[in-house]
Amino acid sequence: MPEPGWLPLQRADALLATLREAGYRVVGPQVADGIIRYGPLGEAAALPWGVRVEADAGRWRLRRTGEGRAFAWANGPQALKPLLFAPEETLWRTDADGRPAPQAPEAPPPTAVIGVRACDLAALALLDAHFLRPGREDPWYAARRSGLLLVAVHCTHPAATCFCASTGDGPEAREGHDLALWELEEGWLVEAAGAAGERLLAALPLEAPPAGAAERARTEVAAAAAAQTRRLPEGPLQARLFERLDHPRWAQVGERCLACGSCTAVCPTCFCHAAEERPGLDGSSARVRRWSSCFTEGHSYIHGIVLRPDARSRYRQWLTHKLGAWHAQYGRSGCVGCGRCIAWCPAAIDLVEEMEAIVGDA
Amino acid sequence: MATPEPVPGIDLPVPARVAGRVQESPTIVTLRLELEDPARQAAFRFAPGQFNMLHLPGVGEVPISISSDPDHDTFLGHTVRMVGRVTRALARLPVGARLGVRGPFGRGWPLEAARGGDVVVLAGGLGCAPVVGAVRYVLHRRRDYGRLVVMQGVKHAEDLIWRAQYEAWAREPDVQVLLAADVAGGDWPWNVGPVTELLEGARFDRGRCTVLMCGPEPMMIAAARRLEALGVPAAAIHLSMERNMQCALGRCGHCQIGPWFVCRDGPVFRYDRIRPLLGVRGF
Amino acid sequence: MDRREPGAGFSDGAARLRVAVHKFGSCDGCQLAFLNAGPALLALAEAVELVHFLEAGLDDPDARVDVAFVEGSIGTSEEAERIRAVRERARVLVAIGACATTGGVQALRNLADAGGWVARTYPEPDRVHVLPESAPVRAHVAVDLELAGCPVTTRAVTETVASLLRGALPAPRHEKLCLECKRAGLACVMVSRGEPCLGPVTAAGCGALCPGLGRGCYGCFGPSELPEAGALAARLRALGLDAAAVRRRLLAIHAGVPAFQQAALRQVGEEDGDGR
Repeated sequence: MPEPGWLPLQRADALLATLREAGYRVVGPQVADGIIRYGPLGEAAALPWGVRVEADAGRWRLRRTGEGRAFAWANGPQALKPLLFAPEETLWRTDADGRPAPQAPEAPPPTAVIGVRACDLAALALLDAHFLRPGREDPWYAARRSGLLLVAVHCTHPAATCFCASTGDGPEAREGHDLALWELEEGWLVEAAGAAGERLLAALPLEAPPAGAAERARTEVAAAAAAQTRRLPEGPLQARLFERLDHPRWAQVGERCLACGSCTAVCPTCFCHAAEERPGLDGSSARVRRWSSCFTEGHSYIHGIVLRPDARSRYRQWLTHKLGAWHAQYGRSGCVGCGRCIAWCPAAIDLVEEMEAIVGDA
Repeated sequence: MATPEPVPGIDLPVPARVAGRVQESPTIVTLRLELEDPARQAAFRFAPGQFNMLHLPGVGEVPISISSDPDHDTFLGHTVRMVGRVTRALARLPVGARLGVRGPFGRGWPLEAARGGDVVVLAGGLGCAPVVGAVRYVLHRRRDYGRLVVMQGVKHAEDLIWRAQYEAWAREPDVQVLLAADVAGGDWPWNVGPVTELLEGARFDRGRCTVLMCGPEPMMIAAARRLEALGVPAAAIHLSMERNMQCALGRCGHCQIGPWFVCRDGPVFRYDRIRPLLGVRGF
Repeated sequence: MDRREPGAGFSDGAARLRVAVHKFGSCDGCQLAFLNAGPALLALAEAVELVHFLEAGLDDPDARVDVAFVEGSIGTSEEAERIRAVRERARVLVAIGACATTGGVQALRNLADAGGWVARTYPEPDRVHVLPESAPVRAHVAVDLELAGCPVTTRAVTETVASLLRGALPAPRHEKLCLECKRAGLACVMVSRGEPCLGPVTAAGCGALCPGLGRGCYGCFGPSELPEAGALAARLRALGLDAAAVRRRLLAIHAGVPAFQQAALRQVGEEDGDGR
């Protein structure tokens, strides 16, 4: 593997230029409407410079510090999921005679995403396992996934809601990316993983890193891990969860839960979607799928019966799947410790706290 | 990474026509479908117990079990019970109407593994379509199987569809047909009571049989427990499960029961595997 | 013919639907969903034969129709009688908008001494035949489909017509606004700004209009499925709203919804205790 190179912050735009020259459109995080959102990135100046995130259960705020860092924040509500698993898309159309016409998956231009965190890379591997199951690849997901290049940033400023260290998914980005940045006050230490990353690394106008940069960068990321106070109970929780389906805590959290599905929408691994028919007045029709949730009535509906009629059973379904059944389906827990479900729960329910109460004593 | 295209018949429906329809009861219709592409129709392979997704343009798409014979019929049989918006519209389709088909999906009945032994079919309520294909399959390949026992329970005597069919089956050699109604009417020569009571009178080799069950979960749980008490191994009991299925490809997530996607790992499950979550409220 | 089998007579898609649009206790805004359909209005006019629609100048309230769209709540004895006649003459009855589906803003009087108001306001109160409650259409006659909204959207109306042309009711939509808001990539205003929002108990369908403008949802589309109004009220209090403010939020547009009413009335006596 080539040695990491150094990109001083004043030349940050060289990263975008190199990606563009390699044929990628560039997507990156930006401050918009008081949150951090991923979108087309025109220049490095548009990155979220000088902001930090203060988050707690049910609360997420940006705080301006003015410091000279572009990535001193923990994640916003979304990162890669909407770029790959579209919130809403048409699968096929039928004409007025009822003949199905395929809606070819929209193949976006090759896209480079800057700023991807370790938790989101871990989540991406899980989404891949679900949507790219060998022999049954989801063509719509695959069309977006095929041209994706990922520029990770090792996380140095986790929010209070983060617990990736306890799930083993962060804060250091370990796999799934093409380039990775270690951010320091004066610049980015850039390293490559894999062939595409190495070609880009060679094309970047890099300098030799200042003395001790690598050590300082590693120290910051290690401190980010140590700073995390939330921890999921240890070990695979599958058996413990399914042994405790009648735990009284499910009913208690069901009292507070709004069953709004916000947690599943911001979860980077939740994949549930619903199909709906959109008939047109001209006789044509479109078959559309869109993000849905195990917190909806429709999720457990079978002609006239709703198997999960209350918030208790829906919350339990979510967590027994996410932290339990996921092991059997995909070989690991479906939780990557990003803490989004905690921060973006309008009812301020804390998954870690609930898990401690339900399975933490074993 | 190569980008796969949506596969017609799997990701996208292929056009089909209603070639025939049989009104089985006021609320149950059997549709005989033919794929418009004759080559595709000829190449369509499935196992009893598998299902297709039937897409009615502008209305919706629903999973319906395939009730025809995979080798003997030249059409796809689908018995549709009018229980919701889409099935009501499907059941009204006239001959010649066009609809879309994706499939076949899921794991069907283990009828290959069942060869050489007795086959016991137990169906409750009106959800008996998935087992009808299995019964016909065994009857068409009579020498490959031992005794065939068909037990069907209904709530009200008048709910029984295919009455003539059951009577015809009962006349076949080595076939036992047992029927039960919770509430009997005037013309009901068979049992009155739950379908599980029929097990006592069923004659089959308990150590060498395959049980196929379909119907309400409480009925299947009671029957499976009774069968185990009678000495039938749990691994020989198979249940067809029903959950909300929207994609049939293990993608949309609706049909999960614990770790299983019913559309892909089922709809037919072995009792000993699914037992821990069977009947657990909320799953 | 069973009126709950809307497609039985026109499933071939060839026939035009005979449609009436009726108005009850309401502001007329929902009927405008038809007139404001834009280009879809032409397709709509081709697909259906409008036989009664006062806003469009068609006056034949007694005509038998395939589909009756009903706007407005039932709040007077005359309306209670008239809605029965509408029901009898329609194969499919679709209630449109907040008033027709929950009783609307005017259901605020369900929680007050409306009879006393009438007595105090009018010189001849006996001539006012107002019912004790402003009620949704479903409280008086069978309803085949409800389209929520204040007002209902043109899209919901056209999709309903398109679906009925194929012989089926459209799938009911009771999903919560939060999912629509998240699909649109919007920032949750409760979490990112501390803004009170009724999104978690409100049906989707508006396209998350208010959160898209940085404001909390006011609940125009009425209750979603499983509206956990009590849990939401507790959270709004935790965000700093007093009991009266929580009550006003929950009752402003849909005072007739039992789940909202219960959660709102539970706020009485806490802290300010001023009732309404």
